[in-house]
Amino acid sequence: MPAASIEFQNVRKLYGEVAAVNGVSFTIAARSLVTLLGPSGCGKTTILRMIAGLELPTSGTIRIGEADVTRIPAAERDVSMVFQSYALFPHMSVLDNVSYGLTVSGQTRAQAHEKARSALATVGLTGLDQRLPSELSGGQQQRVAVARALVLEPAVLLFDEPLSNLDARLRRQMREEIRDLQQRLGLTVVYVTHDQSEALAVSDRIIVMDKAVIAQEGAPRELYAQPKDSFVAGFMGEANRVRGTLRRNGATDGTIALGPLSIALPHRGIADGEIDVAIRPEAIDLVAAEASPLAGTVRKAAYLGNTMEYTVDTAIGPLFVIHGRVDRPLAVGASVGVALAPHGVIAIPPG
Amino acid sequence: MTDRRGAVAFWLAVGAAGFLVVPWYALQDSVFTLGWVPHFTAKEAAPAWLQATTHGRVWLAPLGALLAAVALLLAPGLARTLRANALIAIGAAGFAYFFAQGFAIGPTGWYLDTLGAALPPLTGGQYGMGLGAVLVVAAFAMLFAVGLAGRGFFKGDAFVAGSVVAVASLVVVFTFFPVFRILLSAVEDASGLFSLPAFHARLTTEKIWGLGCVVGQTRCGVAWNTLALALLCATGCTSLGLAFALIATRTDFRQKKLLRFLTVLPIITPPFVIGLGLILIFGRSGLINQFLEFAFGIQPGRWIYGMQGVLLAQVFAFTPIAFLVLIGVVEGVSPSMEEAAQTLRANRWRTFVDVSLPLMRPGLANAFLISFIESIADFGNPILLGGNFGVLSTEIFFSVVGAQLDQGRAATLGIVLLLFALAAFFAQRRVLGRKVYTSLAGKGDSGLPTQLPDGVRRLCYGIAIPWATLTVVIYAMAVVGGFVETWGRDYTPTLRHYVKAFAIEFTPNGVIWAGAAWNSFWTTIKLAAIASPLTAALGILSAYLLTRQKFVGQGAFEFGTMLSFAIPGTVIGVSYILAFNIPPIEITGTAIVLIVCFIFRNMPVGVRAGMAAMSQIDKSLDEASTTLGARGFTTLRRVILPLLKPALVAALIYSFVRAVTTVSAVIFLVSAEYEMATTYIINRVINGDYGVAIAYCSVLIVLMLAAIWLINYLVGERKLGRRAAGAPRLATIGRNAA
Ligand SMILES: Nc1ncnc2c1ncn2[C@@H]1O[C@H](COP(=O)(O)OP(=O)(O)O)[C@@H](O)[C@H]1O
Ligand SMILES: [Mg+2]
Repeated sequence: MPAASIEFQNVRKLYGEVAAVNGVSFTIAARSLVTLLGPSGCGKTTILRMIAGLELPTSGTIRIGEADVTRIPAAERDVSMVFQSYALFPHMSVLDNVSYGLTVSGQTRAQAHEKARSALATVGLTGLDQRLPSELSGGQQQRVAVARALVLEPAVLLFDEPLSNLDARLRRQMREEIRDLQQRLGLTVVYVTHDQSEALAVSDRIIVMDKAVIAQEGAPRELYAQPKDSFVAGFMGEANRVRGTLRRNGATDGTIALGPLSIALPHRGIADGEIDVAIRPEAIDLVAAEASPLAGTVRKAAYLGNTMEYTVDTAIGPLFVIHGRVDRPLAVGASVGVALAPHGVIAIPPG
Repeated sequence: MTDRRGAVAFWLAVGAAGFLVVPWYALQDSVFTLGWVPHFTAKEAAPAWLQATTHGRVWLAPLGALLAAVALLLAPGLARTLRANALIAIGAAGFAYFFAQGFAIGPTGWYLDTLGAALPPLTGGQYGMGLGAVLVVAAFAMLFAVGLAGRGFFKGDAFVAGSVVAVASLVVVFTFFPVFRILLSAVEDASGLFSLPAFHARLTTEKIWGLGCVVGQTRCGVAWNTLALALLCATGCTSLGLAFALIATRTDFRQKKLLRFLTVLPIITPPFVIGLGLILIFGRSGLINQFLEFAFGIQPGRWIYGMQGVLLAQVFAFTPIAFLVLIGVVEGVSPSMEEAAQTLRANRWRTFVDVSLPLMRPGLANAFLISFIESIADFGNPILLGGNFGVLSTEIFFSVVGAQLDQGRAATLGIVLLLFALAAFFAQRRVLGRKVYTSLAGKGDSGLPTQLPDGVRRLCYGIAIPWATLTVVIYAMAVVGGFVETWGRDYTPTLRHYVKAFAIEFTPNGVIWAGAAWNSFWTTIKLAAIASPLTAALGILSAYLLTRQKFVGQGAFEFGTMLSFAIPGTVIGVSYILAFNIPPIEITGTAIVLIVCFIFRNMPVGVRAGMAAMSQIDKSLDEASTTLGARGFTTLRRVILPLLKPALVAALIYSFVRAVTTVSAVIFLVSAEYEMATTYIINRVINGDYGVAIAYCSVLIVLMLAAIWLINYLVGERKLGRRAAGAPRLATIGRNAA
């Protein structure tokens, strides 16, 4: 079946009294990779499981392609899932694992094995056909799990935190492979993660979840640069939250006063007055004390190899700063001037 | 996407076969011999439609009408929900009507006079249900389940829905209904009328609750006897079991293998072998008495018979079970906790008393309660060694089979025993909480178990080693006894008893199984071999439903499947007699009642073994299978069962062995045609014919070892590669009374 779109209409899922998903609507275009991003317990996995049919929603409608699948059992949906634990069948060889879905749907063993081999080749895993899952490394297991899901050519492919069991280096490689595979085969992929950098790196669109509802949905760049509220701002990368005063001066432009500093930036339709402002740590520059009207004192300093991290006390509050000049570190107690680059300062709509 | 018409058509066909083709009522001979075919239209053998049209049993007609209505639902254009709703309605109606007519109309017409007065008189009654009836009711139940699945219950999986409905119905019919029936019997007077005074009189009799042995010269009531015996037995078993468990895990004792072996013995031997061995040593013509007479001229006495003898036998018989429970618990006490205590400057003794023992407390309570349940349910040892000391289980037996033949009294005693057992059962569940499935998993924990303090170690050795020696001696006696002429009088070696029991004659006309024991031997093997796979299948299926599915009423479902575990065998025996010797379910005296009894008594162990094993299998495996397009049944067959092999083996072995060794329930249910090995043996012992009894026991032990080997061989091993998980031990499974 060709890749299909997914639509949620006001879907709720209750466990007893508790809403794991509380009235969620979205549309995922066919052949796109969409990430569900949010802190642990916000309902990401539940949404994924409802797409798969492993949970049925308490209310609302789910469509895959044109069809209403709300009450269709999992086994009858054209959806495959890669589980966080991989869920490889421990008593079956790699080849049998990958062939499983095909043989269940009535194909002969020979046919199934042939397709399974080509799926394994697609994920770059050859020559391990007869191994048992316990005899593979974490990365290899991951690939088997992907091949097993792919081989059925599903309309939708789901990933639940697929990289969380891998070490940092392998994580980057695997996420690039998944993205590459999705683009090459034109798959509809829904991908769950709590890691924003992972989400930013692979997604066409991101759905940020908070407490069982959608906090914001959009393209990665949009979410990072224009978070709708302070939760999204804080979740899409680090952000210092300070108070500032906005003054609109034009259709889109505005000026924000942060203590003695004044910065020009888009007002995003927010009314004049005192508002929340998010400042990305990498947007803050520490300069000579006399070079900026905002003075600060270094309270903490940490050396991270490729960057320095500082906490600087200022008139607008303590600021967390990531600074590229590793060769000339500042000492704790040093007096500095604080300058801001406009691209990392964001006016937050009052919420 | 399926609209489930295939499933509907299949079950409709089953129902139609039951209604139109095969005999509706039970026949004298097995229906599978096909002897009924020539008498297809006769009153006894006719299928339901003929019964209704030509034999005046018009009350069967509505069942046919309901089946015909199902046929309409096969129309292809029907909306899914409409079909599902109709199936639910028709299935439920058919199921309810089926039982209503079965319980309303007996062999001579209306069962209850009140019904007869209100409704038109019937031209004839009906017999016990047969194959046709079974097929039709199964069809209604399954159509109901298919309807439920169609409405999205059980996640739309018809296999799961059908399994839940099937298991629940079976449990209701074969566990709840008999228990209900025994309650009913207790409150009926001699003429079958409801009478609370009769119940009150039976319940409060001196024979049950009398305290004569404490305050006067008469005997105490059997309820007090039972309780006192059980408390002493449980105390003894728990202390000994703990001593053995500590030796096995906390000392460098060399013969740990031997200890393990000793624990397997009681599982594969009939429960009264110990009693038999004790008689051979301490009985009137036993070794001790013989020696005392020979050396000092003391007259042989009957002092082994009575409470002391029963207690001794039970402690021997049940200590291994306490050991199996406790070794898991003692092993489960994490060495790092004890090491932590020692780094806090506690010495070994303080560590043991302050840390280890309290951590074992739930385990000790569990072992105590299990031994308690075993003791009150035990039948074989009290009947062999009790003498004048009566307990509830033996008293129930004598009320039914003896000259008294007082079913009301048997039922009342059964209720008292049942209440004791249920109290202990619930106490045990409280103690364990839901931990039972994980606490014995044997977490790999680094660190070495702390050695016992010297005093404790000496104490353990001092108790356990003589005890173990005595156990070995008793079993040895029970084997040797089969090879001597007459125990106590003539110790000439002989094979006479084996010949008497198991002679085979080869004549020109073929082999003749001349031995007296062959009949019961083959019956035992046949019934155990039929019951064992069914028990394991039902147990594992229930475990799958309990751990892997979620549905309304799951708690009640679990309770139902576990309940028979708590019901003592004698109570089951009596309740089966009361429930199943009159239509609609008339199966006493057949092999079916024995098989059913084995299945429902031993199923809880399969359930527990299955649940323990399944809790170690990650749920995402099932879900992965489901998202790959497999339904419940395929997932069970291709993913779960292969991973459950160790539990499957345990359940198969256990149910086979228990079917062979059990006494208490079957002694009520055997008939001339279907005699079991254990009842045959007990009758030999009661007649003083020890030689044959002992020979037979030894043969049974060999049979059981062969069966265990065969089951292991047939099921095969589970291969998981180098990081294989350990197989769950039999210890996790527990064991209930014989
Ligand atoms: N089977 C369940 N029963 C009860 N509560 C559940 C169940 N599954 C999830 N929840 C609850 O629903 C919420 C969302 O869970 P989940 O979707 O797993 O979150 P996430 O994947 O975002 O970490 C959590 O609060 C969790 O405790
Ligand atoms: Mg999750």
